[in-house]
Amino acid sequence: MKEAEIRRLLAANLLCALSIVLTAVVPSFFLEGFTVLGTHLTWLCVCSVCVGALNVILHLALKPSQSPKRSSFAQKISRFLKCCIYFFMSCILFHAIIVLYGAPLIESVTETFLFAVLLSTFTTLQCLCILGPNIQAWIRVFSKNGAMSIWESSLQITTVCSILGAWFGAFPIPLDWDRPWQVWPISCSLGATFGYMAGLIIAPLWIHWNRKQLTYKSR
Amino acid sequence: MQRWPVVLFLAWVCFLFFAGIGLFMSGFLLTRIELASSSSCSDPLVPPPWEGQSLPPGSCWAPQRFSKAVLVIIDALRFEFARFDPGKASPLPYENKLGVLHHLATSQPRHARLYRFRADPPTATMQRIKGLTTGSLPTFIDVGSNFASYAIQEDNLLAQLVQNGRRVVFMGDDTWEGLFPKKFFRSYFFPSFNVKDLHTVDDGILQHLYPTVDSGEWDMLIAHFLGVDHCGHKHGPDHPEMAKKLTQMNEMLRSLVDHLGNDTLLLVAGDHGMTETGDHGGDSEKEVNAALFVYSRTPLFGSGPPEEPETIPQVNLVPTVALLLGVPIPYSNIGEVMAELFSGDGDTVSAALQQLSVYHINAKQVDRFLHSYSLVAQDLPAEQLQHLQELFSSTVEEHTQLLAEVQGTTLVPPELESRLGSLIGRFQLYLREARAVCTQSWARFHPLRMVGGCILVAASCLLCYVASELATSSDSFYRSCLLYPLLWGLMGAALLGLAHIFTQEGLDLLLVSSWAAAASQMGFFWHWWVQHPKRARLVGSQPPLASSGLRQRLRAWLGLAFPMGILFFRCGAMFSDSFVVAEARVAPFLLASLVMLLVGKLHWDGHLTVPESPKQQLLGFSSYRKDIWYLLCLVAVLLVCVRLSGFFHQCREEIPQCRPSLFLSPLASLRNTRAKNLFYLLCVALLAGLVYAVRSWLRHYGNLNSSDPLVLFVRWGFPLVVLCIACYWAVASSTDDSLGKLQELVQVAVVAFPWAVYGLASVGLLLLLCNPMTVFAKDTRESAGSIVTPYLGVPSSEVDFLHVIPQIYKRMQESQKSRLERGSCRATVAAYGLGSVYSAALVIALTLLGFLLMLLHSERLSFAFLLLFLEAFVLLHIHTCARGLAGDAEPFSVPWYAVISWLLAASQFFYSTGHQPIFPAIHWNAAFVGFHLDHSTNLLPAVLVGANTFASHILFAGSWLPPAPALALCV
Repeated sequence: MKEAEIRRLLAANLLCALSIVLTAVVPSFFLEGFTVLGTHLTWLCVCSVCVGALNVILHLALKPSQSPKRSSFAQKISRFLKCCIYFFMSCILFHAIIVLYGAPLIESVTETFLFAVLLSTFTTLQCLCILGPNIQAWIRVFSKNGAMSIWESSLQITTVCSILGAWFGAFPIPLDWDRPWQVWPISCSLGATFGYMAGLIIAPLWIHWNRKQLTYKSR
Repeated sequence: MQRWPVVLFLAWVCFLFFAGIGLFMSGFLLTRIELASSSSCSDPLVPPPWEGQSLPPGSCWAPQRFSKAVLVIIDALRFEFARFDPGKASPLPYENKLGVLHHLATSQPRHARLYRFRADPPTATMQRIKGLTTGSLPTFIDVGSNFASYAIQEDNLLAQLVQNGRRVVFMGDDTWEGLFPKKFFRSYFFPSFNVKDLHTVDDGILQHLYPTVDSGEWDMLIAHFLGVDHCGHKHGPDHPEMAKKLTQMNEMLRSLVDHLGNDTLLLVAGDHGMTETGDHGGDSEKEVNAALFVYSRTPLFGSGPPEEPETIPQVNLVPTVALLLGVPIPYSNIGEVMAELFSGDGDTVSAALQQLSVYHINAKQVDRFLHSYSLVAQDLPAEQLQHLQELFSSTVEEHTQLLAEVQGTTLVPPELESRLGSLIGRFQLYLREARAVCTQSWARFHPLRMVGGCILVAASCLLCYVASELATSSDSFYRSCLLYPLLWGLMGAALLGLAHIFTQEGLDLLLVSSWAAAASQMGFFWHWWVQHPKRARLVGSQPPLASSGLRQRLRAWLGLAFPMGILFFRCGAMFSDSFVVAEARVAPFLLASLVMLLVGKLHWDGHLTVPESPKQQLLGFSSYRKDIWYLLCLVAVLLVCVRLSGFFHQCREEIPQCRPSLFLSPLASLRNTRAKNLFYLLCVALLAGLVYAVRSWLRHYGNLNSSDPLVLFVRWGFPLVVLCIACYWAVASSTDDSLGKLQELVQVAVVAFPWAVYGLASVGLLLLLCNPMTVFAKDTRESAGSIVTPYLGVPSSEVDFLHVIPQIYKRMQESQKSRLERGSCRATVAAYGLGSVYSAALVIALTLLGFLLMLLHSERLSFAFLLLFLEAFVLLHIHTCARGLAGDAEPFSVPWYAVISWLLAASQFFYSTGHQPIFPAIHWNAAFVGFHLDHSTNLLPAVLVGANTFASHILFAGSWLPPAPALALCV
């Protein structure tokens, strides 16, 4: 059962990674002059929307959280609204943290916000999909021995990888190489994206190799 | 703990660091002392005349050969750019482009000549301009009379021309404006900083060049073209753009030559070369190899050009041009005249005599300079100076003798010619050796010393780490870590001294001390290594613990990895030019990351959540502890502080689009009166708030309840200091004309108020040093037999409590004492308000220092200081909070993340108090706080400017002991 689930996880993650690659390639057929670096904001939007949509679809298709009790339509709506609010709040929070880390306050607000949206898509949206709008579950997952399924382990890994990627993405900015990708926020968003993709690929492998040690607490 | 070993140990570590830094600096920072003297026409340097020749009017020192000169400086004109090789089939973009030089040199060999022009490192434009005008070797630090301005203080060619009534016209690079303020008769400056801009400067010059030349209203015209240099920076030399730029220069020179008159000398020079990537600044062959082209319409040279162009050092241009134009050679020149330009039209003998006379002047001038330089500085080796002096006097004597013989016509031409030739050779030898001696000490890096210094500093860091680990574990710490290394060091120094005595060489104090430092370090590490295995064996004797110990150690290392990784990244960033430029943003970024990492780690380890009850475990829920919100608020405040402090930044010239913070300028520079008043009130309110906060903090933790002088000082001295600072700011920021008659009073006040602050602060610090306790202390020696007062009923009032509690405490203490220290009669001191007994003294000292440093900064930077204090406070709070949450019991062991965040905050506030590690960003105004006129000594302004520059480090390092205030905060 575990092997099968790992395979499902791998497939889902590969699909996500593939979708990111496609967002860099496909839009250039429809949009005139589209490149990831040149029209970075467009790409940020496209990537966030695609990854977000794919995550939601995968979540609905695979149902990794296996919520035991059926909920009414009104509950579902309220859950959905809560999710939306959480996502928006996380965007604002990421924006604030990015500015506190030294991003320009007034200039290029759009860029910063879209970068925050991208980061939220890579981190918060995943949490929302897998854990639902349940802060206590989030707290549990992001502490040692807190993961209860391979999906949650994967969530840990991808989230940490995305944020680390964004952090490392800031490093080349001061260098005087005069490359187009050193402009704010391109290097950071690329870093986050590569970190996320790396996380997606590492997660199933890591879980596979450590499947003996990983004994999840059953409910 | 013993007191003296600690002090000695710290002093020894200081010595190690100073020795390492000193060694590095002696190899890297080339220094030279600028002499203020300048040459004048009446200096007695003129050689005895021969054949009754006298100076024509308007000439100084030597007869004037040209009345006008045009100096065209093409920035970064490498020799290969100027050379023309007609045989080349497929020239590179930068080759064979300056055809006009080749044409002139071949068609008029006695009028024109091309030279290799050797630049001396550092090959940066500003240093080169200095070299091309003073005839000296500028170093990175030219110790002159005035640090604060770029202006060249030394005697130079332009100053000599202006002094002798010549009109100097300049067009081009605006660096010259700063270097020679108010020297130019007319000037056209164009912005030079944007290296991406290839055309502004050149087109601007071309627009003015020919009309100016034709108008004739000039005696010296300097045109400094930047296009070639900028093209090199942008595209590199091997690029079609370079070909275009050089072709443009060729056209410019071609038409310029047509505009020149017969009495005009044309000099085309490159100030330095460029590497294959278009950079310059170092001392590689391609960077120092520039071109010089000389041309005039009247014949210049006695003979045709040599096969291979001659190589001449750049400093040679100054004496040559000076004497050709008939002005004195600048005082500090060490260049040698290009004698072939002085040969004139006569026969060989008269040409040689003429050359000898200019050599004579040149040699006398160099000798005078070396003599005055050796009087003020010792960096030129004495024996070599002695040797030069002998060479000079013998040559001059021989020259005089020869002239006498020539006048007496006792010599026949063949013998005369050979003697003239040998004399010229001796003059050349003297001048070249003199220059070599100067180059040796001014223009050469010592890589060995630099590497040695780096190693010494790195080893000292390692030593500090090892010592900090050892201090807690080893009993014989001071014997192994202090005594033996000191002995080793002394032995090393003594051996070196003996060796010097035997070899009779001069003793370089710096070298001796660095060898001593290295020896003592070796001693330390050796003893540490010898003791190491013993401890390892002790650990090994408990086999069951060994494996778990290993795992624990591994985990401890992993815990260290994050903060240490950030530290190593910061160290590594020092080796990258870009990161050094961006350090003002790197330090806050790393600090924020470190703190976030700390919170993340606490969360990951589950310290932030309440321990799970079985029911919660069942549901898989966790919830946060209550004090997590406190921690999160602190982190948020810290991040906001870090971000806000970025608003007080200063700019580096490497980032042209950067604008310095508005808060850096003093209030006096504000035009808007209302804004000025508002800011003034804010600043004063801030000071008052700081005093209030400190006092109420001290009182809250039970201080200020004794009647010591220090407590009185905190009560009354602090407000007084604030009052003085406020008055000083008011006086200093007022406009001059608004005070009218009170002018004289203001003059007094501007000096008196800072002195009052200095005085009060030093009184406070002295009081603190004498008696740092601000809590009520009681000596228990005399009241040995006292007992608790009899019970008088239920303690109803606070007064009763105040009476009883000390007595109970005393009783407990006595019983402890009688048990522990039986027989010893040392005084035990009972103190109340123990929680902050250590930190109160520190807080008072820091506040006082903070006031002093705020006084030295411009008014509005006090906001930055407020942020500094707030951030330090919050950092300590986070530290205590995190320790509390993590359940760390040991109060006196400081984790590495705390130390590193402290360090990062210190360097962050170095930038946030408006500083940058570059010379133009130093706040020179600080030297004049409390001093109306110039200083008589250099020590006091150095202390003031140093305190201003390192304000953040002083404040942070002054409280280097995070646990002590932290302890107080958490009690």
